[in-house]
Formats: sequence, C-alpha cells, structure tokens
Amino acid sequence: MSVGAGVKPRSGRAAAPRREPLIFAVFAALLLLAPFWLPMVGSYTDLGTRVLVYALAAMGLNLLLGFTGGLSFGHAAYFGLGAYGTGLMLRYAGPNMWLAVATGVVLGGIAAAVLGPLVMKKRGIYFAMITIAFGQMFYFIAVRWNNFTGGEDGLTGFSRQPLTFPGGSIVLTSVPFYYFVLFFFAVGAFVLWWVLNSPLGHAMVGARENAQRLEFLGVRVERLTWVSFAISGFVTALAGSMYALLNNFTSPLDLYWELSGYFVIICVLGGMRNFWGPFLGAAIYVLMQDYASSVTKNWLSVIGLMFMLVVLFFPRGLLGVLQRRRRA
Amino acid sequence: MQLLLFGAFNGLIVGFFYALMALGLSLILGLNSVINFAHGGFMTLGGYFAFTLVPLVGFWGALVIAPFAAGLLGLIAERGLIRPLYGRDPLYSLLLTFGLALILEDMTRTIWGPQGLPFAIPNFLNNPLSNVYFFLTGYRLLVVIAALVATGLLFFVLRFTRLGVCIRAGNADLETVASLGVNIYVLRAANFTLGIMLAGLAGILAGGQLGLTPTMGSSLIMPSFVAIIVGGAGSLVGSLLGGLIIGVASGIATIYLPAASEVVIYLIMALVLLLRPRGLFGQEGLFE
Repeated sequence: MSVGAGVKPRSGRAAAPRREPLIFAVFAALLLLAPFWLPMVGSYTDLGTRVLVYALAAMGLNLLLGFTGGLSFGHAAYFGLGAYGTGLMLRYAGPNMWLAVATGVVLGGIAAAVLGPLVMKKRGIYFAMITIAFGQMFYFIAVRWNNFTGGEDGLTGFSRQPLTFPGGSIVLTSVPFYYFVLFFFAVGAFVLWWVLNSPLGHAMVGARENAQRLEFLGVRVERLTWVSFAISGFVTALAGSMYALLNNFTSPLDLYWELSGYFVIICVLGGMRNFWGPFLGAAIYVLMQDYASSVTKNWLSVIGLMFMLVVLFFPRGLLGVLQRRRRA
Repeated sequence: MQLLLFGAFNGLIVGFFYALMALGLSLILGLNSVINFAHGGFMTLGGYFAFTLVPLVGFWGALVIAPFAAGLLGLIAERGLIRPLYGRDPLYSLLLTFGLALILEDMTRTIWGPQGLPFAIPNFLNNPLSNVYFFLTGYRLLVVIAALVATGLLFFVLRFTRLGVCIRAGNADLETVASLGVNIYVLRAANFTLGIMLAGLAGILAGGQLGLTPTMGSSLIMPSFVAIIVGGAGSLVGSLLGGLIIGVASGIATIYLPAASEVVIYLIMALVLLLRPRGLFGQEGLFE
C-alpha cells in the first residue's frame, strides 16, 4: 500500500463513483419500503415520517451551516412558520392540501429571505446570535396572537385532508402519508443536491473555505450567503409544513430556539460536510429522543449529554469519521 | 403619566436583569469567544443557590455568597468542558454550552422541582417607599443599587486592576498578551468566572422579583442576546445600555399593548441592525 500513497486522493475519487450508486440504491430502497420493515423491527410508520421531517429540516439548514459556513441557530423559526402557515391555511381557508403546503413553504421561505440581508454581513458566532434572536420573535408572535394562532396551547382544529385527483382521492392514513412526506422529502433533497452541484453551490463551498479569496475573484459573498439562507429557509419550511400535517397540530415550541439547536446538533452528529449526514443525524436523534423520553424523565439531560459527547469526541460526525476511514 | 412611569420603571428593573446577563455574556464573548448558551442555566442556579442558602445565612448572606457559588460552578465548567474547545471552530463551543444549558435546566428541575418557588425577601423591602409611586418598593431599589454596584465593581476591576488590564488587552489581541507572559488560560478562566458571577447575581435579584422557576434562565437569555446586539459587540457599556433600553421599551409596551411586550424587543433589534448594523457602540470590524 505504501507504493500507492502518492496517488491516494485520485484512487479514492475513482473508487467512490463505483460504490456510491449502490449505496444510494440501497438507501432509496430502504426509504421506499420503510412502512413494511419498520413494524417488523418493532417500530411504527409515523416514527419513520418523523425521521424524514427532521432530516429534511436539517438538510435544509445544512446547506447554510455545512456548505456555506453560516452558523444559523435560528432555523426553528422557518420550520415553525412552515408549520403554522400550513396549519392556519387548513384551519381558516379550506381543505386544500397543496395550497396549505405551499402557504407554509412560502411563509417560512419569505421570512428567511427577508431577514437574510440583516444578518448576511455578520460572521461566525455573531451570525449565530442574531439568527437565534430573530427566531425568537416569531415564537412570541405565535404565543401572543392568541385568537389567531392558539397562543401557548398551540394551533389545533385542523387535520390532514384527503388528496383529491381527477380519478379519485386518497385518505392520508399513516402509510399513505409517509409516502406523501417521502415525495416532498425527495423534492427538497433534489433541490438541495441540484443547488450544490451547480456553480452556485460550488461558490457557496468556496465562501465557506475562503471568503476573502472569493471576494477577490469578484463573487459577492454576502449575496451568496443571502441566497443560501433563503433556499435553506424554504426547504426547512417545507419540513415544518410536513410536521404540522404529521401531528395535526402546531405548537409554539416548533418555533422555539431549543429546536434550532437540535437541528444544528443533528447536522453535526451525522456529519455536516456530507450531503446525507443530516439524514443519519436525524435518524439517530429521533430514535434516541423516542427511546429516552419513554425510559427517563430526564431525557433533556440525555440530549444535552449527547451534545457534549458529540462535540468533544465526534466533531466530524459519523459520516465524517466513516469517510475518513475509507479514504485512509 | 403615572402609568407610563409605572411601565417604564417595571421595565427598567427587568432591564437591569438583562443588562447584568448581557454584561457577563459580553465579557465571555469577548475574551473566550464563546456564546454562552448556558448563561441562563447558571443564572437560574444562582437564584436557587440563594434560595437554599437563605435559611442558613439569611438573605444578605445569600446575596453575597450565591454569586460566588455560581461562579465556582462556572469555573469548573470552563476548566473541564470549554477549555478543550478553544482554537476550534466556534460552532463547537456553541453546541457544548447549548448542551450544558439543557442539562443545567433539567438538573434544576430535578433537584428543586418543576414548580415555581417563592423566594423570600426581607419584609421591610416589600413596602412601597412612596404613596404616590406605589411601585417603588424597597426591593426594587435594592435591585437597582445591587446592579449598579456590581457594574461599578466590574468597571473598576477592568479599569484599575492588573486582571482588568489583561482582560481588556486580551480582547484587543490575545496573542500579544500571551507572548508578554500572561497565562491566558488562567485569564480566560477568571474572565468566564466573572461573567458567571454576574449571571448568578442576576438570578438572585430576578428570583426575588419574578419568582424562581427552572425556565427563568432560558426566558431571560434571549433578550440578553438582543441587548448585546443592540448595544454592539465588543462594548460593555453598549451591553449595559442595550439591556436597559429594551427593558424599558418592553415595560412601556406592556402597559399600552401587552401583546407586543416581547416582540417590541426584537423590532428594536431589527431597527438597530438596519440603521446601525454594528449596534450602538459596536467596535468596527468585529465579527464582520
């Protein structure tokens, strides 16, 4: 092996494309068949749906966090706005699912796009502080606008509606709803993948690696951060919209800053330099939360401990560690 | 008019809590380059420590001892958890203090219970000092005085002691300070402890005014972030004034439009970021 040491990166790159389609095919099959194998391993379909929702939210965040290098700690705001947009539409406007989802996505996405210019000039931890503080604003609007949003108790009085097609309609019970979410997950993931493989996405990675150099090349890094922030907000809002439909309920906690932190740790846990890292992180997080909250009252401490352990011992995340080992 | 004064004064008291928190956060943000999400947790602990200490050493003793107890815990956290992360991506210290915040809140809830606790303050402090301005109680006056004394002490330490000079110099250029023979690890630890002690004091004072709950810290920390942003990063005077400004604004809003009492804080922040992105007294080039 020592002979080939000099060409390691090249051979690594050559080996990857051969294996990646296979891994992706297995992964896609697992997702497509989840409602069948989840009950067999003692789980339930809605848990799979939750993984998809958290994964989509975290992958949306990761465009900004992992690939553009913007430390956003306020993504619960766009998630929650997506949820509230969808819930409010279903409750007050009528039983149109597509319109409800679109409303949620647009509400959360526009909020991110509008707030972007206020934060895009800031760097590092200060960026984090401003994004998290802005996120809190929406939380208080949801809590205080009692008669419209349901206040502290959350928004109730809406539920998933059957999808109507020209040829009939589908009632969204657990399993059909899983596929409904999987469809939107695929759309969101595709958009992110497409952005990242476009020149725009390469510029975003460049901004993360060396913003100054990119400026010298004539790229406006601030505007790039803004675009990334907005796209990221739209995708996370889509996840929020799905979350409202999953629970038939939205809580102000969907907007609370603690959720923003959970999204960030999900990205880091799975590996934020990797496209699918947040997915892995979300799966672990959701399973752990589900398990911990059923065995101990102190599950918050369990989650907190997980934060610390990841930071101290797994800063690259699981996929980061795996990838490194494969290259070595 | 009296109503306006009432609201403004209520807000001023809360503003002092924000300001004490923001001062500590700002100190830590400056020298330790950490946004301490656990600040609220330490603040809550300061209040609960005082609650436990009052039967043993009385109110005044607790007022003095509890901040040191919180500071000690902060020192342990800094030494054990945050120190390994200096020099790494700032994301990690953020996540670590975030996790610490969750644990502190959960532990507080487990040890002292999820229900709020009444924090007993000496009776004579509850009496209004004036019949016209009924809201001006002795305790509120104590809050103002204690906050001002603590702030005064902090500025005295920073201005006139060797430690303070090192902290200020470290904010400007930590590497040079290190190369001049100052042990920056000790310096950062001292700085962190100082910040946590301010949080502990805020916790005691807020406990007497608002009552003790395990979540008091997480509800007070966000406005403290806003105080720093409004005041400007890198300026302690800014953090102090920022806290007071948003406190008073929120207090006045509570009187005239209660639903907006929190949102107004964030609107002020948005306005400041629009008109003066650096904050009122922010340093040029910091985090930009």
